[in-house]
Amino acid sequence: MSENTDTFSVAGREFSSRLLVGTGKYKDMEETRAAIEASGAQIVTIAVRRTNMGQNSDEPNILDVLPPDKYTILPNTAGCYDQKTAVRTCKLARELLDGHNLVKLEVLGDEKTLFPDVMATLKAAEELIKDGFDVMVYTNDDPIIARELEDMGCAAVMPLAAPIGSGLGIRNPLNIRTIVENAKVPILVDAGVGTASDAAVAMELGCDGVLMNTAIAAAQKPVLMASAMKKAIQAGREAYLAGRMQAKRFASASSPLEGLFF
Amino acid sequence: MNIQLNGETTPVDDSTTLGDIVRRMNLEGSRYAVEVNEELVPRSEHEGYRLKEGDNVEIVQAIGGG
Repeated sequence: MSENTDTFSVAGREFSSRLLVGTGKYKDMEETRAAIEASGAQIVTIAVRRTNMGQNSDEPNILDVLPPDKYTILPNTAGCYDQKTAVRTCKLARELLDGHNLVKLEVLGDEKTLFPDVMATLKAAEELIKDGFDVMVYTNDDPIIARELEDMGCAAVMPLAAPIGSGLGIRNPLNIRTIVENAKVPILVDAGVGTASDAAVAMELGCDGVLMNTAIAAAQKPVLMASAMKKAIQAGREAYLAGRMQAKRFASASSPLEGLFF
Repeated sequence: MNIQLNGETTPVDDSTTLGDIVRRMNLEGSRYAVEVNEELVPRSEHEGYRLKEGDNVEIVQAIGGG
Protein backbone atom coordinates (compact mmCIF):
# COMPACT_ATOMS: atom_id res chain seq x y z
CA MET A 1 0.00 0.00 0.00
CA SER A 2 1.54 3.28 -0.99
CA GLU A 3 1.59 6.10 1.52
CA ASN A 4 0.06 8.49 -0.97
CA THR A 5 -3.19 6.65 -1.52
CA ASP A 6 -3.84 5.90 2.15
CA THR A 7 -4.37 9.42 3.37
CA PHE A 8 -6.63 10.62 6.13
CA SER A 9 -8.40 13.92 6.20
CA VAL A 10 -9.57 16.11 9.02
CA ALA A 11 -11.59 19.28 8.56
CA GLY A 12 -10.98 19.20 4.80
CA ARG A 13 -7.20 18.93 5.15
CA GLU A 14 -5.44 15.86 3.76
CA PHE A 15 -2.51 14.11 5.45
CA SER A 16 -0.34 11.12 4.58
CA SER A 17 1.16 10.74 8.06
CA ARG A 18 -1.11 9.30 10.73
CA LEU A 19 1.28 10.16 13.54
CA LEU A 20 0.61 13.48 15.25
CA VAL A 21 3.15 14.69 17.75
CA GLY A 22 3.39 17.13 20.60
CA THR A 23 6.33 19.47 20.99
CA GLY A 24 6.69 19.59 24.79
CA LYS A 25 9.27 18.14 27.18
CA TYR A 26 12.22 18.06 24.77
CA LYS A 27 15.74 18.94 25.93
CA ASP A 28 16.03 21.84 23.53
CA MET A 29 14.76 23.19 20.21
CA GLU A 30 17.24 21.16 18.18
CA GLU A 31 16.08 17.91 19.74
CA THR A 32 12.46 18.98 19.15
CA ARG A 33 13.20 19.64 15.50
CA ALA A 34 15.14 16.42 14.95
CA ALA A 35 12.55 14.21 16.68
CA ILE A 36 9.65 15.71 14.78
CA GLU A 37 11.53 15.37 11.51
CA ALA A 38 12.20 11.69 12.28
CA SER A 39 8.55 11.08 13.21
CA GLY A 40 7.39 12.19 9.78
CA ALA A 41 4.48 13.99 11.48
CA GLN A 42 2.64 16.64 9.50
CA ILE A 43 0.46 17.84 12.36
CA VAL A 44 2.20 19.13 15.50
CA THR A 45 0.65 20.47 18.66
CA ILE A 46 1.75 23.61 20.46
CA ALA A 47 0.69 25.29 23.70
CA VAL A 48 -0.20 28.94 24.25
CA ARG A 49 1.51 30.67 27.16
CA ARG A 50 2.46 34.11 28.42
CA THR A 51 5.28 35.82 26.58
CA ASN A 52 8.31 35.79 28.83
CA MET A 53 8.79 39.43 29.80
CA GLY A 54 12.56 39.28 30.21
CA GLN A 55 13.12 36.88 27.36
CA ASN A 56 16.00 36.95 24.99
CA SER A 57 14.49 37.85 21.63
CA ASP A 58 17.25 35.89 19.85
CA GLU A 59 15.98 32.66 21.37
CA PRO A 60 14.19 30.68 18.65
CA ASN A 61 10.42 30.33 18.95
CA ILE A 62 8.80 26.95 18.42
CA LEU A 63 7.18 28.34 15.25
CA ASP A 64 10.60 29.22 13.82
CA VAL A 65 11.70 25.61 14.32
CA LEU A 66 8.37 24.20 13.05
CA PRO A 67 7.17 26.75 10.51
CA PRO A 68 3.40 26.85 9.86
CA ASP A 69 3.97 26.68 6.09
CA LYS A 70 5.61 23.27 6.53
CA TYR A 71 3.59 21.81 9.42
CA THR A 72 -0.08 21.99 10.30
CA ILE A 73 0.00 23.61 13.71
CA LEU A 74 -2.51 22.28 16.21
CA PRO A 75 -2.75 24.60 19.21
CA ASN A 76 -3.95 22.87 22.35
CA THR A 77 -5.79 24.01 25.44
CA ALA A 78 -3.59 22.05 27.83
CA GLY A 79 -3.80 23.36 31.36
CA CYS A 80 -7.40 24.55 30.97
CA TYR A 81 -9.81 23.33 33.64
CA ASP A 82 -12.93 25.19 32.49
CA GLN A 83 -14.85 26.15 29.38
CA LYS A 84 -13.94 29.82 29.50
CA THR A 85 -10.15 29.47 29.62
CA ALA A 86 -10.26 26.81 26.91
CA VAL A 87 -12.24 29.08 24.60
CA ARG A 88 -10.00 32.08 25.37
CA THR A 89 -6.93 29.98 24.58
CA CYS A 90 -8.35 28.92 21.21
CA LYS A 91 -9.18 32.50 20.26
CA LEU A 92 -5.65 33.64 21.15
CA ALA A 93 -4.19 30.76 19.15
CA ARG A 94 -6.28 31.66 16.10
CA GLU A 95 -5.08 35.26 16.35
CA LEU A 96 -1.40 34.37 16.65
CA LEU A 97 -1.67 31.93 13.74
CA ASP A 98 -3.34 34.49 11.45
CA GLY A 99 -6.82 32.96 11.47
CA HIS A 100 -5.84 29.27 11.39
CA ASN A 101 -8.89 27.67 13.01
CA LEU A 102 -7.89 24.05 13.75
CA VAL A 103 -7.55 23.42 17.49
CA LYS A 104 -7.11 20.58 19.93
CA LEU A 105 -9.62 21.04 22.72
CA GLU A 106 -8.90 19.54 26.09
CA VAL A 107 -10.68 20.60 29.25
CA LEU A 108 -9.15 18.83 32.19
CA GLY A 109 -11.01 17.71 35.26
CA ASP A 110 -8.37 16.57 37.69
CA GLU A 111 -4.65 17.21 38.19
CA LYS A 112 -3.81 13.72 39.31
CA THR A 113 -5.26 11.86 36.33
CA LEU A 114 -5.57 14.69 33.78
CA PHE A 115 -8.80 13.00 32.77
CA PRO A 116 -11.12 15.26 30.81
CA ASP A 117 -14.00 17.15 32.38
CA VAL A 118 -16.44 15.77 29.85
CA MET A 119 -19.31 18.10 30.68
CA ALA A 120 -17.12 21.20 30.29
CA THR A 121 -15.56 19.67 27.16
CA LEU A 122 -18.99 19.31 25.53
CA LYS A 123 -19.91 22.92 26.32
CA ALA A 124 -16.56 24.29 25.13
CA ALA A 125 -16.74 22.25 21.91
CA GLU A 126 -20.20 23.62 21.17
CA GLU A 127 -19.08 27.22 21.72
CA LEU A 128 -15.95 26.80 19.59
CA ILE A 129 -17.79 25.13 16.71
CA LYS A 130 -20.34 27.99 16.71
CA ASP A 131 -17.42 30.42 16.53
CA GLY A 132 -16.05 28.70 13.40
CA PHE A 133 -13.33 26.51 14.87
CA ASP A 134 -12.49 23.03 13.59
CA VAL A 135 -12.28 21.12 16.83
CA MET A 136 -10.23 17.98 17.44
CA VAL A 137 -11.32 16.96 20.88
CA TYR A 138 -9.57 15.02 23.66
CA THR A 139 -12.00 12.86 25.58
CA ASN A 140 -12.49 9.69 27.58
CA ASP A 141 -12.64 6.28 25.95
CA ASP A 142 -16.42 6.46 26.29
CA PRO A 143 -18.32 5.55 23.10
CA ILE A 144 -21.43 7.51 24.11
CA ILE A 145 -19.53 10.75 24.68
CA ALA A 146 -17.52 10.18 21.50
CA ARG A 147 -20.77 9.89 19.54
CA GLU A 148 -22.11 13.04 21.20
CA LEU A 149 -18.98 15.01 20.25
CA GLU A 150 -19.21 13.76 16.67
CA ASP A 151 -22.92 14.65 16.40
CA MET A 152 -22.15 18.12 17.69
CA GLY A 153 -19.75 18.68 14.78
CA CYS A 154 -16.26 18.00 16.10
CA ALA A 155 -13.75 17.46 13.28
CA ALA A 156 -12.09 14.53 15.06
CA VAL A 157 -12.61 12.69 18.32
CA MET A 158 -9.50 11.75 20.29
CA PRO A 159 -10.06 9.30 23.12
CA LEU A 160 -7.27 8.72 25.61
CA ALA A 161 -5.61 5.32 25.72
CA ALA A 162 -4.40 5.91 29.28
CA PRO A 163 -3.67 9.02 31.37
CA ILE A 164 -1.64 11.76 29.65
CA GLY A 165 2.09 11.17 30.06
CA SER A 166 1.59 7.78 31.75
CA GLY A 167 2.90 5.53 28.97
CA LEU A 168 0.55 2.77 30.14
CA GLY A 169 -0.62 1.83 26.64
CA ILE A 170 -4.16 1.08 25.56
CA ARG A 171 -6.08 0.19 28.72
CA ASN A 172 -9.44 -0.41 27.10
CA PRO A 173 -9.02 -1.65 23.52
CA LEU A 174 -12.64 -2.79 23.32
CA ASN A 175 -13.93 0.72 23.96
CA ILE A 176 -11.52 2.18 21.41
CA ARG A 177 -12.72 -0.36 18.87
CA THR A 178 -16.36 0.48 19.59
CA ILE A 179 -15.68 4.19 19.22
CA VAL A 180 -13.96 3.54 15.86
CA GLU A 181 -16.79 1.34 14.60
CA ASN A 182 -19.44 3.94 15.46
CA ALA A 183 -17.63 6.93 14.00
CA LYS A 184 -17.77 8.80 10.71
CA VAL A 185 -15.18 11.38 11.76
CA PRO A 186 -11.52 10.49 12.32
CA ILE A 187 -10.77 8.80 15.64
CA LEU A 188 -7.27 9.30 17.00
CA VAL A 189 -5.84 7.87 20.17
CA ASP A 190 -4.56 10.82 22.15
CA ALA A 191 -2.44 10.21 25.23
CA GLY A 192 -1.19 7.16 27.08
CA VAL A 193 0.95 5.48 24.43
CA GLY A 194 4.29 4.33 25.88
CA THR A 195 6.17 2.54 23.14
CA ALA A 196 5.95 1.49 19.50
CA SER A 197 3.78 -1.60 20.07
CA ASP A 198 1.13 0.57 21.77
CA ALA A 199 0.95 2.77 18.70
CA ALA A 200 0.68 -0.28 16.44
CA VAL A 201 -2.16 -1.67 18.56
CA ALA A 202 -4.08 1.60 18.29
CA MET A 203 -3.78 1.47 14.51
CA GLU A 204 -4.71 -2.24 14.38
CA LEU A 205 -7.91 -1.34 16.24
CA GLY A 206 -8.76 0.88 13.27
CA CYS A 207 -7.87 4.29 14.63
CA ASP A 208 -7.18 6.92 11.97
CA GLY A 209 -4.10 8.11 13.81
CA VAL A 210 -2.31 8.55 17.11
CA LEU A 211 -1.26 11.73 18.88
CA MET A 212 1.65 11.42 21.28
CA ASN A 213 4.28 13.51 23.00
CA THR A 214 5.84 12.00 26.12
CA ALA A 215 6.40 8.55 24.56
CA ILE A 216 8.89 10.19 22.21
CA ALA A 217 10.21 13.07 24.30
CA ALA A 218 10.83 10.97 27.43
CA ALA A 219 12.54 8.08 25.62
CA GLN A 220 16.27 7.68 26.28
CA LYS A 221 16.83 8.47 22.60
CA PRO A 222 13.89 10.59 21.46
CA VAL A 223 14.91 10.82 17.79
CA LEU A 224 15.23 7.04 17.50
CA MET A 225 11.88 6.54 19.26
CA ALA A 226 10.28 9.03 16.85
CA SER A 227 11.49 6.87 13.98
CA ALA A 228 10.19 3.73 15.72
CA MET A 229 6.78 5.34 16.19
CA LYS A 230 6.60 6.31 12.52
CA LYS A 231 7.15 2.68 11.53
CA ALA A 232 4.77 1.34 14.20
CA ILE A 233 1.98 3.59 12.96
CA GLN A 234 2.55 2.45 9.37
CA ALA A 235 2.81 -1.21 10.37
CA GLY A 236 -0.34 -1.07 12.49
CA ARG A 237 -2.25 0.69 9.75
CA GLU A 238 -1.22 -1.86 7.13
CA ALA A 239 -2.08 -4.73 9.47
CA TYR A 240 -5.53 -3.21 10.02
CA LEU A 241 -6.10 -2.84 6.27
CA ALA A 242 -4.74 -6.34 5.62
CA GLY A 243 -7.22 -7.88 8.06
CA ARG A 244 -5.62 -10.17 10.59
CA MET A 245 -6.10 -13.97 10.70
CA GLN A 246 -8.43 -15.47 13.24
CA ALA A 247 -6.63 -16.49 16.41
CA LYS A 248 -7.04 -20.17 17.28
CA ARG A 249 -6.32 -22.11 20.42
CA PHE A 250 -4.38 -24.97 18.80
CA ALA A 251 -1.73 -25.33 16.14
CA SER A 252 -2.29 -25.46 12.41
CA ALA A 253 0.69 -26.78 10.39
CA SER A 254 2.11 -24.37 7.86
CA SER A 255 3.72 -27.05 5.66
CA PRO A 256 1.49 -29.40 3.61
CA LEU A 257 0.74 -32.82 5.09
CA GLU A 258 0.44 -34.35 1.59
CA GLY A 259 3.57 -35.80 -0.05
CA LEU A 260 5.31 -36.76 3.15
CA PHE A 261 8.05 -39.30 2.18
CA PHE A 262 8.33 -40.94 5.61
CA MET B 1 -1.25 54.76 35.92
CA ASN B 2 -0.75 51.05 36.52
CA ILE B 3 -1.85 48.12 34.40
CA GLN B 4 -1.46 44.39 34.91
CA LEU B 5 0.89 43.08 32.22
CA ASN B 6 1.17 39.29 32.15
CA GLY B 7 0.30 39.22 35.82
CA GLU B 8 2.71 41.94 36.93
CA THR B 9 1.74 45.43 38.07
CA THR B 10 3.37 47.70 35.51
CA PRO B 11 3.46 51.53 35.49
CA VAL B 12 2.72 53.11 32.09
CA ASP B 13 2.02 56.63 30.77
CA ASP B 14 -1.61 57.72 30.71
CA SER B 15 -1.98 57.70 26.93
CA THR B 16 -0.33 54.30 26.41
CA THR B 17 -1.78 52.11 23.65
CA LEU B 18 -1.44 48.38 23.12
CA GLY B 19 0.85 49.20 20.21
CA ASP B 20 3.19 50.97 22.66
CA ILE B 21 3.21 47.90 24.92
CA VAL B 22 4.04 45.61 22.00
CA ARG B 23 6.98 47.83 21.02
CA ARG B 24 8.15 48.07 24.63
CA MET B 25 8.30 44.28 24.75
CA ASN B 26 10.17 44.03 21.43
CA LEU B 27 7.47 41.83 19.94
CA GLU B 28 7.20 43.48 16.54
CA GLY B 29 7.69 40.90 13.81
CA SER B 30 7.09 37.94 16.10
CA ARG B 31 3.94 35.87 16.53
CA TYR B 32 1.89 36.90 19.53
CA ALA B 33 -1.68 37.57 20.54
CA VAL B 34 -3.15 40.01 23.04
CA GLU B 35 -6.07 40.00 25.45
CA VAL B 36 -7.33 42.91 27.52
CA ASN B 37 -9.57 42.00 30.45
CA GLU B 38 -10.01 38.47 29.08
CA GLU B 39 -11.16 39.65 25.63
CA LEU B 40 -9.04 39.17 22.53
CA VAL B 41 -7.92 42.39 20.84
CA PRO B 42 -7.07 41.77 17.16
CA ARG B 43 -3.69 42.97 15.94
CA SER B 44 -5.29 45.54 13.62
CA GLU B 45 -6.71 47.36 16.66
CA HIS B 46 -3.58 47.54 18.80
CA GLU B 47 -2.40 50.98 17.68
CA GLY B 48 -5.67 52.68 18.48
CA TYR B 49 -6.37 50.81 21.70
CA ARG B 50 -5.86 53.19 24.66
CA LEU B 51 -5.30 51.41 27.95
CA LYS B 52 -7.07 52.40 31.17
CA GLU B 53 -5.97 52.22 34.81
CA GLY B 54 -6.11 48.64 36.05
CA ASP B 55 -6.49 47.01 32.63
CA ASN B 56 -5.40 43.40 32.65
CA VAL B 57 -3.22 42.80 29.57
CA GLU B 58 -2.09 39.31 28.60
CA ILE B 59 0.37 38.76 25.76
CA VAL B 60 0.85 35.17 24.68
CA GLN B 61 2.94 33.18 22.23
CA ALA B 62 3.26 29.60 21.05
CA ILE B 63 5.53 27.27 23.00
CA GLY B 64 6.24 23.55 22.88
CA GLY B 65 3.40 21.47 24.26
CA GLY B 66 1.63 18.16 23.82
